[in-house]
Amino acid sequence: MTQDQPGRTEPNDVSSAEEARLERQTDEGAQQLKPRTREMVLAGGGMWPQDDLGDTMIINMGPQHPSTHGVLRLMMELDGEDVLQIKPVIGYLHTGMEKTGEELTYVQGTTNVTRMDYASNFANELVYSMAVERLLDVEVPERATWIRMLMCELSRMASHLLFQATNGMDMGAVSMLLYGWREREEVLRVFELVTGLRMNCNYIRPGGVAADLPDGWQQKILEVCDLVVAGVAEYDEMLSQNPIWLERTVGLGVITTEQCLDLSITGPILRSTGFAWDLRKAQPYLAYDQVEFDTIYTSNGDVYDRFRIRLYEILESVKIVRQCVEKMPDGDYRVQDKKLTPPPRARIDESMEALIHHFKLFTEGFKVPAGETYVSIESPRGEIGCYMVSDGSSKPVRMHIRGPSFYNLQSIGPMGSDSLVADAVAIVSSVDPILGEVDR
Amino acid sequence: MADDTAREEDHEPADTGDETAPVPIPDEVGAAIVARFPGSVFVESHGQPVVYVERAVMADVARMLRDEEQFTMLVDTVAVDHLLDGSRPEIEGVAAERFEVVVNFLSHTRNRRIRIVSEVPATDPTVPSLTPVYAGANFPERESYDLFGITFEGHPDLTRILMPDDWHGHPLRKDDAAARVPVTFKGDPSPR
Amino acid sequence: MGLDQMPHNFLTARLEDVVRWGRRNSVFPATFGLACCAIEMMATGAAHYDLARFGMEVFRASPRQADLMIVAGRVSQKMAPVLRQVYDQMVEPKWVISMGVCASSGGMFNNYAIVQGVDQIVPVDVYVPGCPPGPETLMHGILTLHEQIRSGELLRRREASPTGGAGIDLGREPVGLPASS
Repeated sequence: MTQDQPGRTEPNDVSSAEEARLERQTDEGAQQLKPRTREMVLAGGGMWPQDDLGDTMIINMGPQHPSTHGVLRLMMELDGEDVLQIKPVIGYLHTGMEKTGEELTYVQGTTNVTRMDYASNFANELVYSMAVERLLDVEVPERATWIRMLMCELSRMASHLLFQATNGMDMGAVSMLLYGWREREEVLRVFELVTGLRMNCNYIRPGGVAADLPDGWQQKILEVCDLVVAGVAEYDEMLSQNPIWLERTVGLGVITTEQCLDLSITGPILRSTGFAWDLRKAQPYLAYDQVEFDTIYTSNGDVYDRFRIRLYEILESVKIVRQCVEKMPDGDYRVQDKKLTPPPRARIDESMEALIHHFKLFTEGFKVPAGETYVSIESPRGEIGCYMVSDGSSKPVRMHIRGPSFYNLQSIGPMGSDSLVADAVAIVSSVDPILGEVDR
Repeated sequence: MADDTAREEDHEPADTGDETAPVPIPDEVGAAIVARFPGSVFVESHGQPVVYVERAVMADVARMLRDEEQFTMLVDTVAVDHLLDGSRPEIEGVAAERFEVVVNFLSHTRNRRIRIVSEVPATDPTVPSLTPVYAGANFPERESYDLFGITFEGHPDLTRILMPDDWHGHPLRKDDAAARVPVTFKGDPSPR
Repeated sequence: MGLDQMPHNFLTARLEDVVRWGRRNSVFPATFGLACCAIEMMATGAAHYDLARFGMEVFRASPRQADLMIVAGRVSQKMAPVLRQVYDQMVEPKWVISMGVCASSGGMFNNYAIVQGVDQIVPVDVYVPGCPPGPETLMHGILTLHEQIRSGELLRRREASPTGGAGIDLGREPVGLPASS
């Protein structure tokens, strides 16, 4: 994605002293975006204007900006209002989570990982726990699997509702912000009921889940499902055939399947190009092969399609959640291996052994045999994966999360060239990046 | 896990009854790579196919996977620093080095994955870049360069991506400290 | 006595009280949502936990028009100069709420990449703990700030300090360790 060209031809020739002055002024270093040269444009099949009136502007959008979905910085080359090229610059939220992951034990690891994709926390926790369980070669009980699936689908609903809210707001439909949050609050209430926290829940841990579902959960979750379905119907009515919305989103930010596959793009962006790839169907994990749901995909690859896909995926998640409520099996909510999962609180008062296990687990953690593995699931943004390398101790050697937004951001370049500035906002919003997993 | 086993073929081990015959590689793609690139070693890791290749041929392996084996997507490029490993499994035929570059591939049409690992010595941390083959390798290779200092030859824009431009050091290396600040609590004079 | 029964049609008050009343009842926050706390900040502004009842629903994107910077999320080394620049662009009187533990003290990320407390860069008025703080906690922090405005000094002016909040020299070389090989 570099714009470094060996030289510039007339008439864009800037004297070297001037160039040096400008370079010092911008102090961008490697994050710089240099204007396109004539060769570059002609080689790409574009047109170079004959009259060369005026230079293009290099404008910086972000990192502090109301609609860049977090601290994303976009460098744009503008010709008036037309965007000629976009380069995303990231790193403004780099937290060193992978380094922290190497310092935390496997028991503590989910607290770290859950803060990466902070809009759908359970996806991160799930993929981390699945990687640890793969390295340990343990099988999680059935009830824990179904609880995990239930929470993951609720988290998908919450994430897509957040997308509807922020997407609407970015494009001027400010009331969508309030409507999306209204439904999302209901889902967060369920999270608080089950896990104790609204966000960053740290509920799915290696070995199962942290606690069993509380009494009365079925009723509560079915109520929330009804509310969300009603809300989605409202958004559909408000936006899907709205002429302003259609004008702003249809035909915008088009990307093709070949470009997506080449750029490692997954998730709703890939599905909007006509390629119906969903890891829940293609490479099922948890109990997704035992529930019925559809893969939503469209064929135009534009912003409108991605909005629609995420809208209908909420309904598919509701379908799955209802089936989970129906089919939830009884059993343990975590592996009954004393070396992996802590004892119930009451046992600690009774048994010395339980006390010692609890102590060892929360100070030292459990040891994982040496090996490496890669596990991936379908998060609301695409394929999230965890590559973990262990060396027999209680902390990982390498804990890497393949955050889908990191790769999806590479699509902004092809999608954003030759659009308007207002469209650039819409395009970035439709990619739905979460900078926590981009920068980690 | 459903994605591990090869869906395309039934792998029956060759029943030669001869002890000196090489063990057939159960994964078809792994076998093809080992056949084409001598020096590669196939390993099965928790049910997933992994091939250790020499770093010089990484781009050729990627090209082969994309063009001939229909591996349509490069899922991820990761680097690992094994400097402080407690115990590292010895793999026959692979000379263990300090760094490893691990690349995950996915084939949508064949619905299978494969992982390619190459050992990278600390004295010469360079690897051919996969960006000319898969454009999506751009960002992750920049990240590995930024955080580990591994140079990817042929990358169009190998600059820091996550750390500030003027940062010294490669943070995820094991000898680059995590830079923890000692935390003091009220009434506790000694830092943690 | 109702307003329509008053013999005269003017009220008297102290100037300070009126100014403080005006300032605290229409604080405009600047959008500085960085990470997970930004989501909870948006939730606080949304319909359920409604910041509009305090006059604060208008999140101004431009720091020139904002009074309050809610630093919501973890501040990385790369973001720190941007944070300072936005703070400097805000016009007096201005306040800073450090939302969440990452902004207050570095939180659970005690490493090379995160500034250990945003008060190393900007002076902070209220620290709101939580990871992330729920909307009720944030509102409590905001109301604490309102109380500070109500009872604080009118012409409080921070000394322009080249060293930032805690005596840290911002002009020094960035923190980084030399590569080992």
